[in-house]
Amino acid sequence: MNLGHYIGLISRSQSLLAEAFREVASEHSAEAAIHFTAGRLADQCDQHVSRLEPFVDRYGEDLPEEPERLHSDLFQGSRQGPLGMLRDLHDLYLIAAEVDMAWTVVTQAAQGARDPELLAVTSDCEQETATQLKWLRSQMKEAAPQVLVVAE
Amino acid sequence: MIRVDAGTRPSMVDRIADPWGERTPYDRGEAWPRRVDTFLEGDLRSEDVDRWVQTASILHSNGDGLDIAVKDGHIAGVRGRRDDRVNHGRVDPKDLFGWQANNSSDRLTRPLIRRDGELVECDWKTAMETLVARSKELLGTGPGGWGHFGFYTSGQLFLEAYYTLGVIGKAGIGTPHMDGNTRLCTATAAASLKASFGADGQPGSYGDVDHCDAIALYGHNVAETQTVLWMRMLDRRRGSDPPRMLAVDPRPTPVAREADIHLAVKSGTNVALMNGLVRGLIKNGWIDEEYIAAHALGFDRLEATVESYGPDKVAGICGIDARDIEAATELVGTSEHLLSTVLQGFYQSNQATAAACGVNNIHLLRGMLGRPGCGLYQMNGQPTAQNAREAGADGDLPALRNWENKEHIEELAELWNVEASKIPHWAAPTHAMKIFRYAEQGSIKLLWISATNPAVSLPDLPRVRKTLAKEDLFVVVQDIFRNETVEYADLVLPAATWGEKTGTFTSVDRTVHLSEKAVDPPGEARPDLEIFLDYARRMDFRDRDGDPLIKWSDPEGAFKAWQEFTRGRPCDYSGMSYERLRHGPIQWPCNAENPEGTERLYVDGVFSTDPDYAETFGHDLATGAVQSEEEYRAKEPAGRAFLHAADYEPSPEVTSEEYPLLLTTGRTVYQFHTRTKTARAPQLNDAAADVWLEIGPDDAADLRIGEGDMVRVSSPRGEVFAPARINGIRSGQVFLPFHYGSWDREGETDRTANNLTVTAWDPVSKQPVFKVTAVRVERVGAA
Repeated sequence: MNLGHYIGLISRSQSLLAEAFREVASEHSAEAAIHFTAGRLADQCDQHVSRLEPFVDRYGEDLPEEPERLHSDLFQGSRQGPLGMLRDLHDLYLIAAEVDMAWTVVTQAAQGARDPELLAVTSDCEQETATQLKWLRSQMKEAAPQVLVVAE
Repeated sequence: MIRVDAGTRPSMVDRIADPWGERTPYDRGEAWPRRVDTFLEGDLRSEDVDRWVQTASILHSNGDGLDIAVKDGHIAGVRGRRDDRVNHGRVDPKDLFGWQANNSSDRLTRPLIRRDGELVECDWKTAMETLVARSKELLGTGPGGWGHFGFYTSGQLFLEAYYTLGVIGKAGIGTPHMDGNTRLCTATAAASLKASFGADGQPGSYGDVDHCDAIALYGHNVAETQTVLWMRMLDRRRGSDPPRMLAVDPRPTPVAREADIHLAVKSGTNVALMNGLVRGLIKNGWIDEEYIAAHALGFDRLEATVESYGPDKVAGICGIDARDIEAATELVGTSEHLLSTVLQGFYQSNQATAAACGVNNIHLLRGMLGRPGCGLYQMNGQPTAQNAREAGADGDLPALRNWENKEHIEELAELWNVEASKIPHWAAPTHAMKIFRYAEQGSIKLLWISATNPAVSLPDLPRVRKTLAKEDLFVVVQDIFRNETVEYADLVLPAATWGEKTGTFTSVDRTVHLSEKAVDPPGEARPDLEIFLDYARRMDFRDRDGDPLIKWSDPEGAFKAWQEFTRGRPCDYSGMSYERLRHGPIQWPCNAENPEGTERLYVDGVFSTDPDYAETFGHDLATGAVQSEEEYRAKEPAGRAFLHAADYEPSPEVTSEEYPLLLTTGRTVYQFHTRTKTARAPQLNDAAADVWLEIGPDDAADLRIGEGDMVRVSSPRGEVFAPARINGIRSGQVFLPFHYGSWDREGETDRTANNLTVTAWDPVSKQPVFKVTAVRVERVGAA
């Protein structure tokens, strides 16, 4: 059974996303909406990690060796200025999108494993990740014309 | 001197000592007795007044019908309109005395232009040519020229001026960067009405006070902000079958003292309280299941979300007694005709939209909408805030159209005869705080501020002042006095005010009044509408056929265009006219189906949520993430309202060891906004001439502060000095009025509350969080 690998993948991606949200929140602290909301979403990602912990244990024993190139590093640090902020949000979006798809995959697996507890967690968290994506998309859509067409 | 008209008992009540005047008690279902309040200058008698000119109140949002007394060509007083549906003759003390500001000798009477660092007088031609030259230069910088413009307007212009400004911005320049200071006061009213019911517009009527058996006031110090509405409530309270009253407010306001139950919640915790109330209603079966099934969506999610908010948990978060929460739930839950009102204690606080939607939830759960006595007022603060929202001069599209709805944009394009692509609709119109952010970053280069004073009223003033002072920002200020913001202006346009121009405006309960010109403006001051029209002519904005974009040239022409523009929308003015309004106010919608106007909305339980009609496709309340059209349609709202659920989250700023107290800001009955008018009425200004800090006895004792001692209040942004007033404000919190700026300040210390407040806003309404700032208070001097 390889489900443990994917739970590990989400868990690690969520920690990475939490860290990235936090860094972006701090770098772009002059952008109040980004600063406060990204900070909150970082906490939300941490909560996802804790909610997954019992399942890391449940599915983590006797796990076969980790497959090749399971994890990817999408975030390489935040940038400065308006264009930098737009690119940072774009990075966050890509990581969140990876998490989102991973929830879908694990939800499917949880059904196969007949694990209602895992299913309850994935369906809550998947919704929250979907909202994170929507928020990032809203922020980018709002910022893009001013950053790309208006600002020098 | 106050005179009461013949027919009622003569009275000489001092309306400074007693802002609400004499009680005229009445019982449920009876008509509210009339009481005509008058104030005239000197020894002038009513019979010697040359003319009485019809208008309505301008120093709050209530929309009280007034007449201006004209004597020898100047304004000499005011009188309440006996037959007006809103006030039945009464006048708020601010309106009773505030008109004197019109006649003040320091009005702006000529345009000013900055030359060699100094503001000097110039003529209108020079002023407008300078503005137009700068505008054309910015528009010519490339395809993003529109993005260099920001318009920050008001809640105090007339509908005709807002609508004209909206067309200039959206179809002339093509910029989304336009907002009103309504963002600071009523954005959450609009956001919560849109979120719950599909469109802006208060469901209730002021007449609901006459029929209710309970009044719940959420963060609404109505006794000081809309005194005439409070008089009506007090008159019911003094009748033989008084409505019960609930007040939610951390301060011991006059409303809190009158109420049967006062919940002095800790600032920033409103959502927890609302969740507790909703949970109690559900648990006790005080809900109308039939109504919910037929008219609301989202019950299951709401029930699941509030499940954990039992009285003990809520008491812990809000810092109140669990038994008081149960009593409040009982008051709200057993009322048969519940009237609820909401204002800044919710709107300017943490999770503003979610908290305001919590009040909407209660009315949906109890099926209490659209019936006499079952009123819901998501209040406004300013007299014409409703019009800024309707006419698209704030972050909304005109006539409550939905920027995400392509058909609505096509309609706008058709009505204005411009290309749809000209009208910015790629995202929500830019809100005020974001406009200032773009100016701070330098991409907005021309900021046109009309009838508002951001150098005192925006949060985090040290930052705002730096932005306004930027070399590369061309600041235009259109105002009637040389206020704090004027000092940052590159160009100053002197404006006419109420009584000096004609136009319409709309109260909280959708009552539209005509306000007629009584006297000429001073010097060369011009009506705002005239200034905008002149700009549009000089900019030569054209429609698709090459004709002038703006086709009207006076207030009545603007109103007629607006009437056509609103046909078929929730705020339908098509059945009104200036002539009709001369005979008395009318509540929108007023059209062929409702020729006399409409007292209450949603009488049939059908809401404005149909996707083709709604003003929004909705947001996630926690983050403000925009919901897509597909997601909205999938909910199949079909005229049903939305019950919104949200978990409590702590405010963006919380207390710390360094800043251990919570500051909330607010208002006094004697002053309006940044005092540009009320400070020039001696009766009002003498009653509240300077700032003070309210602090509770325990905190004062801990800090060794005595009554009247001078204290320093500091936050991470700045500091304020004020004398202390020890009162019954809840422990751990302090209060400062936000009115006081520097234009009439002697001395060197700063007293402006917004030096301290934080740059943070509600994710949906974008209304700044003025009510939750972490501060430190120290005694610096003896009384």
